[in-house]
Amino acid sequence: MKIILNGKEEQVEERTTVAGLVKLKGFAPGTVIVEYNNELVKQENWDATVLKSDDRLEILRFVGGG
Amino acid sequence: MNDVLKIGGQELNNRLFLGTGKFSSNKYIPEVVRISGVQVVTVALRRVDPEYEEENIAAFVPQDCVLMPNTSGARNAQEAVRIARLARAAGCGNWVKIEVITDNRYLLPDNDETVKATEILAGEGFVVLPYMSPDLAAAKKLVAAGAAAVMPLGAPIGSNRGLKTKELVRILIDEIPLPVIVDAGIGRPSEAAEAMEMGAAAVLVNTAIATAGDPVAMAGAFSLAVKAGRMAYLAEPGETVEYARASSPLTGFLRD
Amino acid sequence: MSFYEVYKNFNSFDFEDFFKRVTGERVKKLITKNRLNGFDYLALLSPAAGKHLEEMAWRARRLTVQHFGRVMMLYTPLYLSNFCVNHCVYCGFQVKNRLERKKLTPLEVEREARIIASTGLKHILILTGESRRESPVSYIRACVEILKKYFTSISIEIYPLEEEEYAELIATGVDGLTIYQEAYDENIYARLHPAGPKRNYRFRLEAPERACRAGMRAVNVGALLGLHDWRSEAFFTGLHANYLQDTFPEAEVSISPPRMRPHLGGFQPEVEVGDKNLVQYMLAFRLYMPRGGITVSTREPAWLRDHLVKLGATRMSAGSCTVVGGRSGNEHDDGQFEISDERSVAEMARMLYGQGYQPVYKDWQMI
Repeated sequence: MKIILNGKEEQVEERTTVAGLVKLKGFAPGTVIVEYNNELVKQENWDATVLKSDDRLEILRFVGGG
Repeated sequence: MNDVLKIGGQELNNRLFLGTGKFSSNKYIPEVVRISGVQVVTVALRRVDPEYEEENIAAFVPQDCVLMPNTSGARNAQEAVRIARLARAAGCGNWVKIEVITDNRYLLPDNDETVKATEILAGEGFVVLPYMSPDLAAAKKLVAAGAAAVMPLGAPIGSNRGLKTKELVRILIDEIPLPVIVDAGIGRPSEAAEAMEMGAAAVLVNTAIATAGDPVAMAGAFSLAVKAGRMAYLAEPGETVEYARASSPLTGFLRD
Repeated sequence: MSFYEVYKNFNSFDFEDFFKRVTGERVKKLITKNRLNGFDYLALLSPAAGKHLEEMAWRARRLTVQHFGRVMMLYTPLYLSNFCVNHCVYCGFQVKNRLERKKLTPLEVEREARIIASTGLKHILILTGESRRESPVSYIRACVEILKKYFTSISIEIYPLEEEEYAELIATGVDGLTIYQEAYDENIYARLHPAGPKRNYRFRLEAPERACRAGMRAVNVGALLGLHDWRSEAFFTGLHANYLQDTFPEAEVSISPPRMRPHLGGFQPEVEVGDKNLVQYMLAFRLYMPRGGITVSTREPAWLRDHLVKLGATRMSAGSCTVVGGRSGNEHDDGQFEISDERSVAEMARMLYGQGYQPVYKDWQMI
């Protein structure tokens, strides 16, 4: 199915969870922040959040900035 | 001497704020914080780039620092508000540096959008520190919007050109009943001292420390300069007299 | 927050005690300090600061030249009517005084206007006593309509109005308001105004705020010196000006330090305000509000006004007459008070040029 990740279309397996997506993309949990359909998902809820078609996700991270 | 800077309920003893961008290695950051004693550290929030593994900057900032996410990347008030909310939800505390930039050539802030974002976020309980062009009318609007401080630029971001906006910043210091923090443009410790002598409440330095040959030593130098400038301000410098006294008195006609 | 609330904050303030603590050292520091707060200003009004007038004068002169240039705005008062229902014990026009009551007809307004305009002045201040029957807002508007043809700036010094009335006058062509609180001390004020509409302290105090909200370009406030302790009255006048400037950044704010003059009725000033006191007040205000205007009228004698040119004054009246219709008719009638400086506009101009100052007749025109 199709989702929008960081502004780009991506194909993922049905029933992928947020935790699964983060792992798939190779990010260490705890270093990134996930916004799911404009709401922040806390890390403890990543496993329980199952993606649906056309979901919008942003994976973000705190970086150096002034 | 009990000289604390109160912002958003926090009492700060150190008036150097640190930006964490542009360091050649994030490993410098804990060392920079230690040597300078800074208590407020800014970070940014970005989309991850799957091609490039980055470190989580927050891991390099000592726990007892106030983490102040900025809204860099925002081009209007709404985007700034969204970034601020996300950062808070992610556990960043309730401080935020509003930074709305619509101009990619000079990276100068958009004061109008900054005022709008400040109003919304202050209403939601954020401690809002807006980065701004030093304009008195805009600063007054920021006060009315509920800002906790105002952060006028000394020169364009990253330019290291010093306190080019000195006269305008001085007006803000005179007229605005909030801490005035000089942000952006400070390139040398002497310029940080100059801002503090003038009565700035604090200075925020990033590029000048991050890109120095020895960032840690430079952070130490900035820390001393900020303290020196603050001490001089509190000591009330003697006025330079720029006019000669004429021989005939102006009030000689008055009799008792 | 209205200025009344600012004033109320000082209800139990001990001025005597404050002044006792002001040292010469503090005064010297304040003279060179960049931006003064209200208490700094009060310190400069202290007896201790009275010993440092020369240093204050140099600073004041420099600030005035820096912000205003070497110019002096000239204007003249035009008394439209001396009908008055108030009982101000210190005023020549008060209701109990026997004098010929008179108000100018449109023809007379025109005649006076022509005489004044022939001197070159473009700024005029029109005055009336308080009588909503004899000199209602409609009467003042009718006069403004005539005066507009001759003058580019028309200020009013009349009884306090409602905000809508100010808006009405502004729409007609008025751009400045002068209103003296007379006495900022509320108790003294009550004693000096035993009856009549002027008893309403707060309505008068807040008149400049209403005018600014209505869009008045310039406001001028003051205390009549001689009614009460001049130091605290000067203090509140300065605070009032500062409040107006803070609240209405777009307004042009100035003060007047008028001293009591002999007048019909013979009320003797309760407090003597000497030349030194007057000068200290002007200098302290200049240091407190470097951009604030200071108006000095012909209540002060010529020799003193000549010196005040360099001590912070920015606006002076010239060719004044406090008699209704006095310029074209009988100038021997009773005026509101006796004028001290009888010089004509041309003579004032000569004096100013002699001191290296330019007289300005027209500083503003509504377009």
